[in-house]
Amino acid sequence: MSKQIKAVSLISGGLDSMLATKAIMEQGVHVEGINFFTGFCVEGHTHAIRKKDKEKPKRNNSLWVAETLGIKLHIIDIIEEYKDVLINPKHGYGANMNPCLDCKVFMVKKAKQWMEENDFDFIITGEVMGQRPMSQRRDTMPIISAESGADDRLLRPLCAQGLPATLPEREGWVKREELFNFSGRGRKPQMALANEYGFTDYSQPAGGCCFLTDESYSKKLVDLWQARGKKEYDLDDVMLLKVGRHIRPNPDFKVIVAREDGEARFMGGYKKSFINMNSASHKGPLALIDGNPSAEDLYLAAQIVARYGQGRDADQVDVFVRDLAGNESILQVKPLPKEGILDEWFV
Amino acid sequence: MSRYELDARRLLCPLPVIRTQDKIKELVQGDVLTVTCTDPGVLQDIPAWSRINGHTVLETKSGEYEYIIVIEVGS
Repeated sequence: MSKQIKAVSLISGGLDSMLATKAIMEQGVHVEGINFFTGFCVEGHTHAIRKKDKEKPKRNNSLWVAETLGIKLHIIDIIEEYKDVLINPKHGYGANMNPCLDCKVFMVKKAKQWMEENDFDFIITGEVMGQRPMSQRRDTMPIISAESGADDRLLRPLCAQGLPATLPEREGWVKREELFNFSGRGRKPQMALANEYGFTDYSQPAGGCCFLTDESYSKKLVDLWQARGKKEYDLDDVMLLKVGRHIRPNPDFKVIVAREDGEARFMGGYKKSFINMNSASHKGPLALIDGNPSAEDLYLAAQIVARYGQGRDADQVDVFVRDLAGNESILQVKPLPKEGILDEWFV
Repeated sequence: MSRYELDARRLLCPLPVIRTQDKIKELVQGDVLTVTCTDPGVLQDIPAWSRINGHTVLETKSGEYEYIIVIEVGS
C-alpha cells in the first residue's frame, strides 16, 4: 500500500488559495489548511466593532473555505513573531507599511515548520505569477522558496506550469499537466476555474486581506511609532488603530474619538488603560487619550471631545475626565469650533 | 469526562477561535469546554471551526453583550 501524500495549504480565505487547494485535493492528496493571524488581518474585526456593519456576515473566510473544501484548518497566532517581520523587513515595504515579501517568506517558513512537525510532504500556496507587485513576481517567487527553506517542497498549483518542476511534480505525487499556468492581475482564469469547481460564494477582498496595505491604517501606524520614538506595538495598539477618529494636536498626545456606539463599546474595554473622556452635560462620544498629555493638553482634548458631542454649539460643556487610577473629574470647556480642529491634526 | 471553561471576552475573531483550538488540544475526547466571548462573530466561527475539526457544539447562548458556546471534544 502506497503512502498517503499530505500537503499543507496556506489558506487566506480568498479565492486563489481555495482553488490551489482544491486542485491538489482533486489529485488525491490529503490536504489540511493553515492560516496565520498576524493581528493585521482584515477578517471581520471592524465588522464586529462597528454597529453600522452589523448586517454584514461575520464569517471568517478561511474557516468558510476550509469547511467548503471539507478540510481541517489550523489557525496559528503569530502576533509576537510577526513584529520582527513588520519592524525590520529585509526586503522593505510595499506602497504602504506592507512588508509583503518578508511576510510571505515568514509564513512559508512557518508552514514548513508545521509540515515537518506533522509529517506532511509539501506546501501549497495560491500565488499567481504577476498578481501582486511585491511578493508574486517572477523574480521574487524564488526568493520565497529559498529564504523560507521550503525550496522545491513549495508548490504553487495555479502557476506551476510556468515555473520549474517542484519535488511533488518530479516525484509524481501530483501531475504537472493537471496544474495551471495563470499569470497577471486578471481574475478571469480563476473565476472560470471557480465556476468549474462549483464555487460561487467566495471572497475576493480588494487589496488583499491585510490592514498594512491600507494607506490610512499605515499612516496611523507610522504616527504611533513616531510619537513613541520607537518601532514597537502590541495587539491593543493594532486594534485601536482600526477604530475611531485619531486626532493628534501635538506630539505628546493623541485623542481617539469613537465614531459610533459600536466603537464606543469596544473602546470602553480600554478605559482602565487610557485616560478617557466623554461629555457629562450633553450626549457625546467616548474618547481615549494616548500619550503623555499635560493639563493644557487635557483641556484641549476635552474641547475636541465636546466638539463631537451634541453640545458642540453650546457655550460650555462639562466633560468627564477619568485618569488611569479611575479618578473622575469634570472639565468645563467651550467646544472647539469646526475650524479649530486643524486638518493636519487628523492622522 | 471533565468540564472546562475558557474566558475569551474582549477578544475579536479569530482570537477566540485560536484560544478555543489551543485549549482543546489539551483536552481529551468527551471533555466539555464552555467558552465565553464578547465578539458576536464567534457564533459563526467557533461552530464552523468545531465542525471541520470533528467537535460538537452542544449549546450556544446569546446575551446582550456575551455569547456562550459549549463544545464537546471529538476524536
